[in-house]
Amino acid sequence: MKAIYNRLFGGTTGVVQLGILAAILMIVLPLSLDIFRLNLVGKYLTYAFVALGLVLLWGKAGVLSLGQGVFFGLGGYCMAMFLKLEASDPISTKIQSTPGIPDFMDWNQITQLPAFWMPFKSLPFTLLAVVVVPSIVAFVLGVAMFKRRVGGVYFAIITQALALILSLAIDGNQGYTGGRNGITDLRTLLGWDIRSSHAQYLLYFTTCGLLVLAIVLSQWMLSGKLGKMLLAMRDREDRVRFSGYDVSMFKVFTFCFAAALSGVGGALFVLQVGFISPSLVGIVPSIEMVIFAAVGGRVSLLGAVYGTLLVNTGKSLFSENFPQLWLFAMGGLFIAVVVLFPNGLAGVVELIRKKVSPFLKNLRTSSTLPTSGSTPLPSPDKP
Amino acid sequence: MNAKTDFLLYIEDLGVSFDGFKAVDGLNLYVERNELRVIIGPNGAGKTTVLDMICGKTQPTQGSIRFKDRELVGMAEHQIVRSGVGRKFQTPSIYENLTVFENLEVSYPKGRSVFGSLAFRTTPEVVERIHQVAEQIFLKEALDLEGAFLSHGQKQWLEIGMLLMQEPELLMLDEPVAGMSAPEREKTAELLNRIRKGRSIIIIEHDMEFVSRIADTVTVLHLGKILAEGSMQEIQHNPNVIEVYLGH
Repeated sequence: MKAIYNRLFGGTTGVVQLGILAAILMIVLPLSLDIFRLNLVGKYLTYAFVALGLVLLWGKAGVLSLGQGVFFGLGGYCMAMFLKLEASDPISTKIQSTPGIPDFMDWNQITQLPAFWMPFKSLPFTLLAVVVVPSIVAFVLGVAMFKRRVGGVYFAIITQALALILSLAIDGNQGYTGGRNGITDLRTLLGWDIRSSHAQYLLYFTTCGLLVLAIVLSQWMLSGKLGKMLLAMRDREDRVRFSGYDVSMFKVFTFCFAAALSGVGGALFVLQVGFISPSLVGIVPSIEMVIFAAVGGRVSLLGAVYGTLLVNTGKSLFSENFPQLWLFAMGGLFIAVVVLFPNGLAGVVELIRKKVSPFLKNLRTSSTLPTSGSTPLPSPDKP
Repeated sequence: MNAKTDFLLYIEDLGVSFDGFKAVDGLNLYVERNELRVIIGPNGAGKTTVLDMICGKTQPTQGSIRFKDRELVGMAEHQIVRSGVGRKFQTPSIYENLTVFENLEVSYPKGRSVFGSLAFRTTPEVVERIHQVAEQIFLKEALDLEGAFLSHGQKQWLEIGMLLMQEPELLMLDEPVAGMSAPEREKTAELLNRIRKGRSIIIIEHDMEFVSRIADTVTVLHLGKILAEGSMQEIQHNPNVIEVYLGH
């Protein structure tokens, strides 16, 4: 029992840290923000799923993917297809030349629902697809690359290309995908209006809940033998291979898991924001996700969540006030993090804790044992 | 041709060329069960390349390697390991960020698949086995130390220990005492003589004094070919070997 508890939460410190995050997300923010801002936070949290996947893939398995937006997009599109079909019932689309199909299909002279859209009439299928479709794509790509020992920069470039390909493919097939505009005008989920503020509250808390679940699940994976294997692989890949492990399959698995997390994030994004478009799939968002993870600390699960929230809040505030400056600030931030704090926020917190805890200890011992004429304590940082 | 043999390892006509350079050429090597074979030879003779081919790191361009009557050529590295071949590298390859205990733990031959590793639990059996091996490799007191803090010699022992966890039938060690102090060599020889029971071992080594203390049979490689093979006595008096290797 105790062992399971330790594996899930990483001991007492882990529980406290996760508790603080959950309290911030589920109590502090909902009480202090209006629904518009809270919905924005909810949107950022969907990116945190991708950042979480990147911590596992990049931070732990040492494989940098610059195409995680693809999986976010795939999950999002799966969800959007379901919602779009529900929004396109024959009555509300009766002015179309073919009622009952999504509006953009009608505009593109398509008269019948394409076969690959059919299964998305079912919610259970859609929910499954949100996780499975990104995983399958990641599996195929992962097996093709990792079995051939493609890694490092080459892997990053190929995933980057994948992001470009998918966004162009969606863009270029307007009749089937909604093209550049994406899939818009999503209204209800099984008749439940997802645009009402009541629904937005509920979706926000669902997102928080799933995020905490994802963190706990990742923590569980990392705390066992798999986590040690990933660490060992980053250290001495050959040694792992010659200890009888199929190294590539460990990478494929991590890639798939990260993809599945991203897919869930994408689906939650669509539910909260009400649309999806190829601009959320391509190169720029994929790289932004990497920045979120890097700022938070690429080896820290919780750091990735804080990093995502912080960068996006900065993005919102900055771009509301100085729209032209935002991209420069973002670029500068990334360079600063890489050069100065390779372990991001989590690294800084760790550093402060290391500096402060002996200082605090000093303080405690010197206050319990007051000595006359003691030398003044050096005060490095504010505690 | 395919007569059943008693040899554990049965290498015939093995060769590999890198861009036309024949690093190993038409090599025949037979290792019996429970034999301790030492391969010596000057630098560039192809010693490490032979081990690389046996464990699948390098694909041979010709020839066959049969282990327990199974062809190893073409098998993936992890499958070769799982069939019972353990390999220690020339520079100590251990996981610096894991403790000695964890280094041995991840080498335990269970939970090697992805899902197996998720379900893997460090049972009392595993712990007992780790303690047993740690005792053998003189690292019982260092179980909680991170790999990075071990001395060079201790790293070499730890890597041997990691192989022992897998209980391989064929153990291949590439220069196990390189960089070790005299007392450490002493202990390593003692260790090898203890762990050789029930398995075959191939060792590449330069230190002739060390070789003479452990070897059953010595194979001398030169320019990718076998120059001589026999007991230490025979090798030391072989004029060809003295000429190219022992000489001076």
